Amino acid sequence: MNVMDTRATSAMLYLDGVHVSFDGFHAINNLSLTLAPGEMRAIIGPNGAGKTTMMDIITGKTKPDEGTVLFDGTVDLTRLDETRIAELGIGRKFQKPTVFESQTVQDNLLLALNVDHSVRGTLFWRGSKAESERIDKVLETIRLTDARNRLAGSLSHGQKQWLEIGMLLAQDPKVLLVDEPVAGMTDVETHLTAELLKEINKNHTIMVVEHDMTFVRELGVKVTCLHEGTVLAEGSIDQVSSNERVVEVYLGR
Amino acid sequence: MTPHILTRSLDRAATAFVLIVAAVGVLIPLSNLLLPQGSMFQVPTYLVALWGKYVCYAILALAIDLIWGYCGILSLGHGAFFALGGYAMGMYLMRQIGSRGVYGNPVLPDFMVFLNWDKLPWYWYGFDKFWFAALMVLLVPGLLAFCFGWLAFRSRVTGVYLSIITQAMTYALLLGFFRNDFGFGGNNGLTDFKDILGFNVQAEGTRAVLFLLSCLALIVAFLICRAIVTSKLGKVLIAVRDAESRTRFLGYRVESYKLFVFTLSACMAGVAGALYVPQVGIINPSEFAPGNSIEAVIWVAVGGRGTLVGAALGAVVVNYAKTFFTSGPLAPYWLFMLGALFILVTLLLPKGIVGTFNSWWEPIRARRNSPDAESAAREDGVGAPNPAE
Repeated sequence: MNVMDTRATSAMLYLDGVHVSFDGFHAINNLSLTLAPGEMRAIIGPNGAGKTTMMDIITGKTKPDEGTVLFDGTVDLTRLDETRIAELGIGRKFQKPTVFESQTVQDNLLLALNVDHSVRGTLFWRGSKAESERIDKVLETIRLTDARNRLAGSLSHGQKQWLEIGMLLAQDPKVLLVDEPVAGMTDVETHLTAELLKEINKNHTIMVVEHDMTFVRELGVKVTCLHEGTVLAEGSIDQVSSNERVVEVYLGR
Repeated sequence: MTPHILTRSLDRAATAFVLIVAAVGVLIPLSNLLLPQGSMFQVPTYLVALWGKYVCYAILALAIDLIWGYCGILSLGHGAFFALGGYAMGMYLMRQIGSRGVYGNPVLPDFMVFLNWDKLPWYWYGFDKFWFAALMVLLVPGLLAFCFGWLAFRSRVTGVYLSIITQAMTYALLLGFFRNDFGFGGNNGLTDFKDILGFNVQAEGTRAVLFLLSCLALIVAFLICRAIVTSKLGKVLIAVRDAESRTRFLGYRVESYKLFVFTLSACMAGVAGALYVPQVGIINPSEFAPGNSIEAVIWVAVGGRGTLVGAALGAVVVNYAKTFFTSGPLAPYWLFMLGALFILVTLLLPKGIVGTFNSWWEPIRARRNSPDAESAAREDGVGAPNPAE
């Protein structure tokens, strides 16, 4: 018990005994998971394993029926709404790339910057040098400098995924939740995305959900396999992919 | 507030719009007052009043475009805020009649004497003073919008559900104002106005000034809207329109943004209504009719949603067409034509008049401005029609 407590306080994200059911369907079943500060964790698992629901719980979109969800050791996330949680420093990239299509790449990043988000602050906002420097830096990181004035809607699928990761960077959260970042990407783009995430991981804690096993292997981080809303296996990619149960329910023989 | 907001918001088209409205606001009254009657260029008084009405409608259209075009809030009850502003002004004008009414009661308006009321209801107090009425013109629609929006946006009522409850709101007000015991003249509404601030409302000079004031109000409303949509707040509004939940996950309090523009928009609609009433000489419950609010949304769609100038233009064009057709042999078919117009615009001109013009003109202008950026513009699709719309 004592051991658990110290882990809970030092963890960036701490989920314990979380249950969620939708109309009798147990989407999340006694889920417990801990993410250490600075860690990158890959989450795998078959469809319906509860990966996205777990992210919904962490970001406040879904309230758990029971269980503990703590951020930064002390903050109870189950009591807060999406805006508050985003302000605390949890950023999220959605499964389907969601960028503001009718605005430019640059404006997308500007909107994501973690500056004053109040109505008054944005009405009387003036750009500052520090802000534009940060945007330039993010544009460079996500390789979209040349596309800065293009409408986000005109980007390719892969570029939209990057732009969304860039928006996360501009938000500069403590934890990044990244849902299927390489879905629909070419092999080269997938490789570049892995490099990008590793680079970002130097300063941020990341949780990434992905089906692409080559990509997960390339990340080279601890892997958690979910099944029916609970943790099936946890460990290095080799340990997890050799686990009998994981092979049975997810990887296939 | 700060000068940079103004300079940033005034691009070429916006400046042209302001100048045109200002010119119309000055020239029409001048021609009406100074040129001899019957001269070719003299604008008859009835036309001044008619165009004054159009200008008020244009303000209402701007108010709707601000929330619908930029924030995606489709209010089908904005006529209610317009009518409330109109009633506030109407109450002031009623109290100005004084003992000149049919029953000659110095305090009670005619309809109250007729209903055998012996004293003024409390909510009519203060309306004998212009400043109080002017304050209520802003406050009543603003407060209603604030309460309504606070409940609706906080509960995350969006899309068609929000549209439906705004319709219900204006319909409920329609039924209320129809009742005699509500205290606003029931079915007949408020009319038979005599003067405003001591000037005869029927006089040509007063009408000319009211027209000029309406144009000024249109310019001010336009500048406020421009300042908002060109600020970072405007970018947030568009973000809310296009991907509300994404905006929330970025840490924006979406409901505060919606509440802000919705309330502001209602106040603008109230001002439009207040300017409308002295020019048409009557306000009655039919202004709350759900159909009115829907018509106002059609003006915006025809002119071009999310363009501001388009909304104002749409209001004038559609209402001019309405006047033209309903005063001829085609009168019985006007509603069919309005319906057809809406369908045709949705199918053929989904961006409205101004939106379509922009998407045709922008690439040409971009090419002309920077010849070397031409190839880049073609590759990148800079200035291409907005694919998200």
